[in-house]
Amino acid sequence: MIETITDQKVAAGEKADQYVAEFERQKRTDTKSPSWLAPLRRAAFTSFSEFGFPTLQDEDWRFTNVAPILKLPFRPVSTHSRDGLTLETLNQFPFTGLRGSRLIFVNGHFSPELSVIQPQPKGVVIASLAAELMNGHGALEQHLARHARTAGNAFTALNTAFFHDGAFIYVPAGMTVESPVHLLFVSTATETGATAHPRNLIVAERGSALTLLESYVRVTDAATFTNTVTEFVLGENAHVEHCKFQDESTDAYHIAALHMQLGRSANFISHSIATGAKLSRNNITTILDGEGIECVLNGLYLTRGDQLADHHMVVEHVQPRCNSHEYFNGILDGRSKGVFHGRILVRPDAQKTDAKQTNKNLLLSDDATADTKPQLEIYADDVKCTHGATIGQLNEQSIFYLRARGIGLEKARRMLIHAFAGEIIDRIRCEPLREEMDKLVWERLEQSEVVAVGH
Amino acid sequence: MKLLNQPILEIKDLHAGVEGKKILQGVNLVIRPGEVHAIMGPNGSGKSTLAAILAGREGYDVTAGEVLYEGKDLLELDPEIRAREGVFLAFQYPVEIPGVNSTYFLKAALNEVRKHRGLTELDAVEFLALVKEKMKILALREDFLKRPVNEGFSGGEKKRNEIFQMAVLEPKLAVLDETDSGLDIDALRIVAEGVNKLKHADNAQLVITHYQRLLDYIIPDFVHVLADGRIARTGDRKLALELEEKGYDWLLKHELASA
Repeated sequence: MIETITDQKVAAGEKADQYVAEFERQKRTDTKSPSWLAPLRRAAFTSFSEFGFPTLQDEDWRFTNVAPILKLPFRPVSTHSRDGLTLETLNQFPFTGLRGSRLIFVNGHFSPELSVIQPQPKGVVIASLAAELMNGHGALEQHLARHARTAGNAFTALNTAFFHDGAFIYVPAGMTVESPVHLLFVSTATETGATAHPRNLIVAERGSALTLLESYVRVTDAATFTNTVTEFVLGENAHVEHCKFQDESTDAYHIAALHMQLGRSANFISHSIATGAKLSRNNITTILDGEGIECVLNGLYLTRGDQLADHHMVVEHVQPRCNSHEYFNGILDGRSKGVFHGRILVRPDAQKTDAKQTNKNLLLSDDATADTKPQLEIYADDVKCTHGATIGQLNEQSIFYLRARGIGLEKARRMLIHAFAGEIIDRIRCEPLREEMDKLVWERLEQSEVVAVGH
Repeated sequence: MKLLNQPILEIKDLHAGVEGKKILQGVNLVIRPGEVHAIMGPNGSGKSTLAAILAGREGYDVTAGEVLYEGKDLLELDPEIRAREGVFLAFQYPVEIPGVNSTYFLKAALNEVRKHRGLTELDAVEFLALVKEKMKILALREDFLKRPVNEGFSGGEKKRNEIFQMAVLEPKLAVLDETDSGLDIDALRIVAEGVNKLKHADNAQLVITHYQRLLDYIIPDFVHVLADGRIARTGDRKLALELEEKGYDWLLKHELASA
């Protein structure tokens, strides 16, 4: 372990100049950004330079070693190019058949010619962030990079310093965006270390409603790096369903920050489905900053080979009478690894909090591992907080029951695995999205060759 | 080749155990089409072991003897093949399977059985028509089919579900493992009536029970008493009544004295 950390320091040291040079270059070339953004970027970069990348010594990164990311050359993709991507290729990706607006990002850059934005009621914005920064939408200065924390979070800091583009969605008070909005991020880069820093801001004002899908896919199998940040700001009684589907190359690295700032009586549900990447980490932070909020964080990770999927969550109850539920299931094959860390923080004023957390892991091979770490930090006295975690194999009693009714061993195993995934997928409220996700996960599981059984 | 009045099941001198512990020590039993057999016995006599071995549950070692099902060696078949061949075990403790929808499960099971028997698979519409008919036998509500298998079911619902599955799969040999345990009298009656309706000249039932009560509703042709891993006595339903009255101790002492 000591060796790894030394490696990491060296890598960071060698690369430090690269980061500085790139930051300086960007400052020179970026003439279009509004003036308020520069200090935010500078502060983030300073924070990044100060803290550096996390090591296994960091409590929050105990199970996930990011050293391989540091060893990659730092190659931010700074220019927009369609990179030969055609609509035909695009349409092969999941969820592209969904009705609704679709924003396409190629290596982190918005591609207007591939995107479809449906006409929206007045005031609703579904657009490229870079374009809206030029247009000067008022909500940007108020919210962009104001919520997701950069201090002590190297990757969010790096994104804030370097992002070029992403999506900006603004739903004014009382408005509903009828069809789901799909943000599709495609990696086309073939260079090792090609890096994208997508940045998304979603503001749903009081009483508004939105369904948003973020998907991360690729056309190449290169060792690319996606470092994405999505910030949600929900006003009073706003209803938002969010779904993130990560299916990057199994040689790629994917770090994502998802930050939610939730207002009074807001209803927010987020699903994180992770099937791709060699290493993926989702940092999910939620601030329940109003009374009577309903928040559900729901996730499923399917890994095989030497993949690692890490979900790291902090749910912070600030105000009374909020409910937060986290449900994460992992299905782990090969030598892959699943990591779950869920921290529930209940502030002194957050009485009548109901916080629930479950993490279940199904190991399909003897070499797969799962690390799960629930953490409760409670400063109020009238609260209900529960957590539970399991790591296990398929239930032998269930398998025998199915076989005793004529269902073959292999089919019985698959039925049970599908059911385990279904617990999560069934929570997706948007029906066409749920149906396609179910089919997709089923297909992935069908590809899995080794299906172990426990005793 | 099918012989006239060939037994459905023949158990010959069956010895079996778990982890070196002997449980069955020479069980002999012949069941012919149209017959209902009851196996009674005190706790630990090996009743559930016998049921488990017939269904093919793992973890049991058969050390001697054989089991023939329609003349074939039953013990070498995988559990799913036994089921497709027409052996059905109604579980003493039906397993809850969250996330597996009852309709999906039962349709998959029925179609496996039908394929095995050279019949065409049923589509969703045909299947639904069939199950609705069968549900009436067990007085089940329709929402039953929409729920995950056994999940959140009461004890009575679970047992009714077992018999409902039996009605759909139409086995040749049904083994009912303590289907009466934990049932109140109304549930017991529904379950027993269901079993009786499924009885016909070509199939057979093996009813395993601790108590005589079930046999007030399911009338057996033969009653066997299993004790210490052997069938200690065989009689007709009067034997069950006698046992109820005098208890297992009476019989065991009696057998011991005559041995």
